[in-house]
Amino acid sequence: MTGTEDGRLTVDDLTAWMLRFDERIAAEAEHLTELDSAIGDADHGTNIARGTGAVRRRLADAPPGDAGALLKSSGMALVSTVGGASGSLYGTLFLEMAKSVGPAPELDTAVLADAFRAGVAGVVARGRAEPGDKTMVDALQPAAEALSVAAAGGRPLLESLRAAAAAAAVGRDATIPLVARKGRASYLGERSADHLDPGATSAAILVQALADARSERVG
Amino acid sequence: MKKLIDAPSEVLADALKGVAAAHPELAVDFAARVVARATPKPGKVALISGGGSGHEPLHSGFVGPGMLDAACAGEVFTSPTPDQMLAAAQTVSTGAGALFIVKNYTGDVLNFEMAAELADAEGIAVKTVLVADDVAVEDSTWTAGRRGVGTTVLVEKIAGAAAEEGADLDAVHAVATRVAENGRSMGVALTSATLPSVGKPSFDLPEDEIEMGVGIHGEPGRTRAPLAPASEIADTLVSAILADHDFTGAPVIAMLSGLGGTPLIELYLVYGAVASLLEQRGITVARVLVGDYITSLDMAGCSLTLLRADDEMLRLWDAPVSTAALRWGA
Repeated sequence: MTGTEDGRLTVDDLTAWMLRFDERIAAEAEHLTELDSAIGDADHGTNIARGTGAVRRRLADAPPGDAGALLKSSGMALVSTVGGASGSLYGTLFLEMAKSVGPAPELDTAVLADAFRAGVAGVVARGRAEPGDKTMVDALQPAAEALSVAAAGGRPLLESLRAAAAAAAVGRDATIPLVARKGRASYLGERSADHLDPGATSAAILVQALADARSERVG
Repeated sequence: MKKLIDAPSEVLADALKGVAAAHPELAVDFAARVVARATPKPGKVALISGGGSGHEPLHSGFVGPGMLDAACAGEVFTSPTPDQMLAAAQTVSTGAGALFIVKNYTGDVLNFEMAAELADAEGIAVKTVLVADDVAVEDSTWTAGRRGVGTTVLVEKIAGAAAEEGADLDAVHAVATRVAENGRSMGVALTSATLPSVGKPSFDLPEDEIEMGVGIHGEPGRTRAPLAPASEIADTLVSAILADHDFTGAPVIAMLSGLGGTPLIELYLVYGAVASLLEQRGITVARVLVGDYITSLDMAGCSLTLLRADDEMLRLWDAPVSTAALRWGA
């Protein structure tokens, strides 16, 4: 153990999350674009990578002082650089989380779970997608639920984050047989089945990045 | 990939430099990626559109007197962002409000929605008209709905003329909505487009096949069909559009747009077939555009748009317009 599991996410933890997200997206960008070329318009990896790179630069240029400011700054960077539906949806996720946590310096599992649920609710409201529509909601919603359940059960933070990441991965994989009902993939109708959804895939990367970043920092 | 570009990631930025160099009458904001009229007309409703790049001349080619006040350019085939749209609204609105002209794609809809919320917070009244005219999308309930294609050009022209005449936001929104509701389009692709950032065709289309009902980002259409004579393809497009809306007993505005990789001689050949089909079915074409107006990078193919017009729409259609890609009477 190189650190202690004190059960709270600091601004440094959240920064590490965003940097980890950017690293993983950069590594997976080509794969995401490939998934998107099967059922979308072949730009998801390129677009998300442009956004996470912008988040990295913004956090370096103007390090935020509290959790809300960090989430807001990240959300604005995503909204203004990703473009497309993903930009506004990822942006909404972070902006709603920022609203939920306010100027808190640290987040415990319960506060994080509430914020994440608020963020996902924002995504659902903005995109009008329901679970099962073959979108990022299919990874985000199970993650939010897993986090809430873990928080309610008093589970330690890292364990809760790992549960959320696992739930997101299951939700991501469950998009394979689905027929898309939202977004550009919906024009394929039945032809969209048997493909992994790129949005759910990047969303699962986001949740996994939080668990990984936290795990690295507490050893 | 063989393209006239310097670097795939800089295509939009570099193209905007060219727009600025070619059109001193336009103000190009390189940071916000907004092309606007250099001198907004005071007291006029501001018309703002935008979308992914790669469909030129849509939208920046339609900025100027009689049409748009500003166009927001997204990355290729990617919607622009709310901060761009807000910057556009702040630049060109002069107190009479702004009309957002939005093509029905999830990204465009969500980003313009966020922008309208931001503009509202800045005290700019915004109304939105959504164009969803692509009849190739048959199942609107279980998809993102019909895509916005060629009717967008007609909305921009007709609503632009109304705004130029001094109509207020409600009136401009009303005529824009009427055009959007009465326009229908369908396209056909002979080849896929190639995105500069991807470097290879977006979808496979064998040499002897066409995608009937293709979207302007290469979205699949109704059917993958064997290549047929142009007159048969024209018949399919015309029949699909006429089956969806009544175009009899009213003047019709027709637009046959190339998708970027089709010679004008082929477009005229197709339009000849379209014109005789419409005549056979008793439809009166009052005005026609043939050329590249809403494209899909280097895709070969065309898109047919028909608008059931009325006298007011025709009058506004004939009103002067002075933009890079559409210019008459000015």
